[in-house]
Amino acid sequence: MVKPKVGVFGFAGCGGCQLEILNLEDQLIDFINAVDIVHFTEAITEHSDTYEIALIEGSVSTKHDIERLEHISKVAKIIVAVGACACTGGLNCLKNLYGLEKAKELVYGDKKDWIDAVETKPIDEYVKVDYQARGCPPTRAEIVDIVRSLIAGKKPEIPNYPVCIECKRLGNTCIYEYGMTCMGPVARAGCNARCPSAKSGCETCRGFIDDPNVNAQKDLLARYGLTVEDIMEGFNLYNACKKVNK
Amino acid sequence: MATNLNIEVSPVSRVEGHGDLVLDVKNKKIEKLQFRIPESPRFFEAMLVGRKYDEPSHITSRICGICSVAHTFTSIKATEAALGVKINDQILKLRKLVNHGEYIQSNCLHVYFLAAPDFLGVGSVIPLIKTNPDVVLIAVKMKKIANEIVRIIGGRAVHPITTVVGGFTKLPTVDDLKSIKNMLASLYPDLETSLKVLKTLKLPDFERETEYISITDKEDYALYDGDLKSSDGWIIKPGKYLEKIKEKVVQHSTGKHCQASRDCYMVGALSRVNNNYEMLSDNAKEYAGQFGLTPPCYNTFMINIAQFVEIVHCVDDSIRLIDEILSDGLDESKKTVPVKPGAGRGVGIVEAPRGTLIHDYTYDRNGRIAKANLIIPTNMNYANIEKDLEAFVPMIIDKTEDEVRFDCEMLLRAYDPCISCSTHFLNVKLINKF
Repeated sequence: MVKPKVGVFGFAGCGGCQLEILNLEDQLIDFINAVDIVHFTEAITEHSDTYEIALIEGSVSTKHDIERLEHISKVAKIIVAVGACACTGGLNCLKNLYGLEKAKELVYGDKKDWIDAVETKPIDEYVKVDYQARGCPPTRAEIVDIVRSLIAGKKPEIPNYPVCIECKRLGNTCIYEYGMTCMGPVARAGCNARCPSAKSGCETCRGFIDDPNVNAQKDLLARYGLTVEDIMEGFNLYNACKKVNK
Repeated sequence: MATNLNIEVSPVSRVEGHGDLVLDVKNKKIEKLQFRIPESPRFFEAMLVGRKYDEPSHITSRICGICSVAHTFTSIKATEAALGVKINDQILKLRKLVNHGEYIQSNCLHVYFLAAPDFLGVGSVIPLIKTNPDVVLIAVKMKKIANEIVRIIGGRAVHPITTVVGGFTKLPTVDDLKSIKNMLASLYPDLETSLKVLKTLKLPDFERETEYISITDKEDYALYDGDLKSSDGWIIKPGKYLEKIKEKVVQHSTGKHCQASRDCYMVGALSRVNNNYEMLSDNAKEYAGQFGLTPPCYNTFMINIAQFVEIVHCVDDSIRLIDEILSDGLDESKKTVPVKPGAGRGVGIVEAPRGTLIHDYTYDRNGRIAKANLIIPTNMNYANIEKDLEAFVPMIIDKTEDEVRFDCEMLLRAYDPCISCSTHFLNVKLINKF
């Protein structure tokens, strides 16, 4: 079998999703042997402009980012958005809430005009994205599953049920029982409830489930006197960019 | 032989983030040397405005995936200083343990995965899987154990969850700590094997004395906490950092440049070893001795060795910390200390693996951040990197263009620059003009 050529690219982000590829540990050598990694600036000096699969981390935050992304989309047959920044814009969108011009002035002062920066957006605002590995960071298993599915020619599955379902399966005590806020009732699962399992409220790093008004754990919210709107409006760490399909 | 060179390495690889090196040489004289940082700026200082005390550590962790623990703790310490929170000994020891986990992970990534290929003459770790499988397997094992420390205690290897202002949301169990200790102890034969391999590598002989800055502590090899120390002879409290550290915006970089006593200074593993050698574990000092690493050391390439020595120290010190925590008795009632939101200013300083990291927050009377200032290690190193290159390029100018390019990249990479963090780094473009 011809190994698929894979390019790993970083846009505005923390490099953590790319690090999770290097963190595959027991699976790392198998992963490197299963695909032909032709571009991965964070880890490899050699690079090529011929690849079938592009794994993209980070959000679009400069004019130069837009040009680079459009070039990658012309070369790659399949684009996978990896991580919260690429999928939803992630935390980077908090800058949009503050205001781009104000942010430039705050950080760079009277030198702000030297800086190339645009409103932060997820990559699907500019190019067609085929698959998403959500989360901040995505789980390693998820990244491997998506690449394995693509090699096998299958469609990777992305969960569309709330994190609450995973907490129930794990037998976790509900975060609301500790008097804390948790986005679990409206947040997209797939992380095996990592934060609630660490006794910390979910921050929706994987984005919202589709149609939260239909699919959310409304009964749980009602028990604590809350509505879907209440928690979605009060919490914007990861979802400042995306309009939510209510 | 290159009399005239116009080199632009774009992007410099095996570093975290995006940086370009621009070098223009005419008649063997450097006309222009710039380390350009076109990495997308993310404006974290703006993102933090208006946030309440339990959010900044989760936001600033996302500045860098490789040193997310360092950002988490620096942020938490700044908030705790602002709100007058005093943590207990158990929280302090568990935090140091999580921090050591990240040190072993990050230093291992740089020494084995990113820098070692330079000294073995290959472009990445991939060819080493065939040529040096023993070393690659050691690196993978070490990284896994380090990540497990952060995952088990912190809840997640990248961007920890349990580490919050006032302590931990959840404690590890006694069995968790015993299993971490056993995993760490299993690394000693691997450190011996690595020592033998690393000793065979030929590091370039390049020395340039500069100002070395790190934190320091009389009782400890300072990584998590300490006062700010310069090899130029001053020590100050963290809250006074602005009296010494100055930031400026330069046109060719979205990363700001920093100065202290001179026009440039170095932070990171070599600065720490130079400033705090005596506090290394005895075992780590023996490893340092095997490489002739004793302070003061002015060879930038020895950063790689200093990082390896720190891995040894962190393994030793983690085992010591676990023994102490277990002998004190893990106490659920000491998981957190009370936190009262309010107004105040606080400065947190931690040694991230790449160097001194500063967060400075001011909370308003509503308990929301009114102002935040973040100073990142790679920013601190930019000016020093340019000065190093100005001194290094004339030494190698008689080499071929490809060799000049390779050597410059290797020097840059020795700093283990983290560009996402500092963007506020590396593409070397060489256009021949013979």
